[in-house]
Amino acid sequence: MFPVLKSQWLAPKVRRLEIAAPRVAARHRPGHFVIVRPYAGGERIPLTIADSDATRGAITLVIQAIGASTERLCALQAGDSLPDVVGPLGKATEIENFGHVVLVGGGVGTAVIYPQAGALKAKGNRVTAVIGGRSREYVILEQELTTICDAVYPCTDDGSYGYKGFVTGKLAELIADPALPVNAVITAGPVPMMKNVAEVTRDKGILTIASLNPIMVDGTGMCGGCRVTVGGKNLFACVDGPEFNAHEVDFASLTDRLTAYRDHERVTWERLHGDQAHQCKLQAALAEATTK
Amino acid sequence: MPLKASERMKIPRQAMPEVPPDERRHHFREVNLGLPPEIASLEAKRCLACKNHACVAGCPVGIDIPGFIAAVEENDLEEAANILYAANVLPGITGRVCPQETQCEELCLVGKKGKPVAIGYLERYVADWARLNLKRAIAIAPPTGKKVAVVGSGPAGLTCAGELAKLGHQVTVFEALHRPGGVLVYGIPEFRLPKAIVDQEVKTLENMGVKIECNVVVGATVTLDGLMHEEGFDAVFVGNGAGLPVFQNIPGENLKGVYSANEYLTRVNLMSAYLGVQADTPVLRGQAVVVVGGGNTAMDAVRTGRRLGAEPACLVYRRSEKEMPARVEEVHHAKEEGVRFEMLTNPVEVLGDEAGWVRSVRCQRMGLGEPDASGRRRPIPIEGSEFEIPCQVFIEAIGTKANPLLTQATPDLKLNKWGNIVVDDNGMTSLPGVFAGGDIVRGGATVILAMGDGKKAAVGIHNYLSKATAS
Ligand SMILES: Cc1cc2nc3c(=O)[nH]c(=O)nc-3n(C[C@H](O)[C@H](O)[C@H](O)COP(=O)(O)OP(=O)(O)OC[C@H]3O[C@@H](n4cnc5c(N)ncnc54)[C@H](O)[C@@H]3O)c2cc1C
Ligand SMILES: Cc1cc2nc3c(=O)[nH]c(=O)nc-3n(C[C@H](O)[C@H](O)[C@H](O)COP(=O)(O)OP(=O)(O)OC[C@H]3O[C@@H](n4cnc5c(N)ncnc54)[C@H](O)[C@@H]3O)c2cc1C
Ligand code: SF4
Ligand code: SF4
Ligand code: FES
Repeated sequence: MFPVLKSQWLAPKVRRLEIAAPRVAARHRPGHFVIVRPYAGGERIPLTIADSDATRGAITLVIQAIGASTERLCALQAGDSLPDVVGPLGKATEIENFGHVVLVGGGVGTAVIYPQAGALKAKGNRVTAVIGGRSREYVILEQELTTICDAVYPCTDDGSYGYKGFVTGKLAELIADPALPVNAVITAGPVPMMKNVAEVTRDKGILTIASLNPIMVDGTGMCGGCRVTVGGKNLFACVDGPEFNAHEVDFASLTDRLTAYRDHERVTWERLHGDQAHQCKLQAALAEATTK
Repeated sequence: MPLKASERMKIPRQAMPEVPPDERRHHFREVNLGLPPEIASLEAKRCLACKNHACVAGCPVGIDIPGFIAAVEENDLEEAANILYAANVLPGITGRVCPQETQCEELCLVGKKGKPVAIGYLERYVADWARLNLKRAIAIAPPTGKKVAVVGSGPAGLTCAGELAKLGHQVTVFEALHRPGGVLVYGIPEFRLPKAIVDQEVKTLENMGVKIECNVVVGATVTLDGLMHEEGFDAVFVGNGAGLPVFQNIPGENLKGVYSANEYLTRVNLMSAYLGVQADTPVLRGQAVVVVGGGNTAMDAVRTGRRLGAEPACLVYRRSEKEMPARVEEVHHAKEEGVRFEMLTNPVEVLGDEAGWVRSVRCQRMGLGEPDASGRRRPIPIEGSEFEIPCQVFIEAIGTKANPLLTQATPDLKLNKWGNIVVDDNGMTSLPGVFAGGDIVRGGATVILAMGDGKKAAVGIHNYLSKATAS
């Protein structure tokens, strides 16, 4: 069992959980993720490790509730616990001294770039963060990033805070500034956003790394469900990634594959929100059928 | 009055009672129901207790086959169980999934003239009886003070852990998934091997003092080096299997509806997707399902598809049925359940609709040429023979390779050119104190061979640890 140590809302439908997972915390590097099951009988879902504290044996996850499993996770309180947390999985971000690195995070993607910011800074980079949200309340981790980065630019679609417009608009501005050339871009967030970031940097030939989020099951290279096309080759995001050269990623295929289970996702979501008594019976039956 | 050999030879091989095909293709409960006692005794009478007991040489763990069968004939099932357990700690599993027809039963003398003694059925019969009726008191040696880590909880790891625990070592099994059992729980479906049987074997180990820690990926969560130098393990057994799926690398593999058999079976078995909307983990069902491959995995996938409602559920294999490596019983059951067989056929492309869903597989007919290195006739594509099989789900079951996650994190571990770990006669790898066995050493093989390796390595580890103490 993996106890929840702290639980708090960061933004509407975005929750930060601190979880006791000493083995994971001890080996976490920026870029790693975990697979968790929200409850015995639940599905396995991947989540980036947003922070870790090896001495306390804790990891931090930042979760956006978009479906049944993430909603269950967002409902957890300190004192609850998770049956399964496995990691750290994936390849760690290659932290080099690039010079000036711009991190572009959208929504919960900001939680992915947060640990990278610290590591890149420690390597001597100038680090700029561009973080986006629909409106002011959706911009997360700004304060935390401000203590690390040389500059942080919040962006909102509606202009309620910071730069008005998409993160890609701000990124294009930064790239256009000859005083501070950009040597590398690292991005995490919704697929359309990452795709557009790649388009902004492509002609300029700026190294751009995207953190991909395909559907996963095991997270260890055993199922191949997470395969993504990069540079014309099929790679397994959980072991070969999840970070890849954004200019080589087939984003169209990724977008399409993410829709494979839409019907089922709607049903599980409705079930979660359905009649409580019915729900309990179902849960009990399921738990019985699936626990050892 | 003991029967004469000629009388024994007259008894026909007894059939396994099974759920009728029309019923079982709608559910996931076990197909084979087990022999009733009187049928088991009758089958046991067919054994001639041959002096040179040829059958034993066909069993990779050398079970005293005539011995246990004689005990069944005398209805001394406790004795039969003890004989089985002396050589094989998981008879309830091997009795169900061993490819008997190419192992023990292939060499059975009775089989030279008629049908061989149903050794597998009898093994299962005894094991099932023992599970319900026998409190197995497993003698455990006094603690040695040595700690051994076992990586992976498939048949190799479980067997190794059990043997080491008997010898008094303190054993911890580290498993990457959230549930122990390896292929026995994520791959082989309930209708062939009920999970409860695997669970009970795991319980038995826990009762013997074996600790099982799930959610630990060795190579990621911990390293071999860390286990030995920081966590104080004196030896390690690596039984992490050969779980990396191989894809055909044909166009269209990223369409929605294309699965590796590993993913498909994991969703359905381990994650209970067969429960439909009641399970959180989804699986695409599709009206028609096509599976490519000819092994047990392919058979499991196509029969699973059938149970999830596919019409047709179609198996495509590039050689002929004779060359299929699957257990004959599975092939027979698949046919009974209405699986369509397209032999001498190979998929060349997966075709999709505008929305990215699988629409059909384009296949090519094959002819058989000269035998290749494996001794099987080589399939050769027939020009102009291409045709399409409409389907919404396409599953690739053409094999698996060694998963490099652990081995890459352990660069000093010597591998062969396929990425399998190289071991010596004692099961020890190039790293002192690190042993390995099962599919990670052999490539995809069988449950009983993995168990044999686990047992051999346990002896190797015990000797290694005893020497370390002595010196
Ligand atoms: C490496 C990686 C890191 C991630 N990090 C984070 C993170 O830090 N915070 C966060 O909020 N989200 C993260 N995600 C996405 C998160 O895994 C999905 O939002 C979650 O699985 C959705 O599950 P659900 O049941 O709540 O929603 P569902 O209703 O099941 O699905 C909503 C959408 O999520 C995607 N999805 C569904 N199941 C899976 C699955 N098993 N694996 C991946 N995607 C799936 C699908 O595209 C689907 O359309 C990450 C994904 C990956 C691959
Ligand atoms: C669908 C299917 C059907 C089959 N049918 C039959 C049959 O009928 N008869 C037969 O004899 N054989 C059959 N086989 C083959 C047989 O199952 C395997 O040969 C056998 O399971 C191998 O045992 P193993 O212990 O080496 O590995 P596995 O059973 O593969 O177990 C390995 C375990 O290690 C875990 N693991 C992997 N990497 C790590 C890591 N880094 N850290 C921690 N844990 C890790 C895995 O999660 C897994 O639980 C079948 C195989 C499949 C896939
Ligand atoms: S373990 Fe397998 S090979 Fe050995 S006797 Fe039993 S069924 Fe036959
Ligand atoms: S070879 Fe056949 S008949 Fe002879 S001992 Fe073995 S099982 Fe019995
Ligand atoms: S999630 Fe299964 S291989 Fe990547």
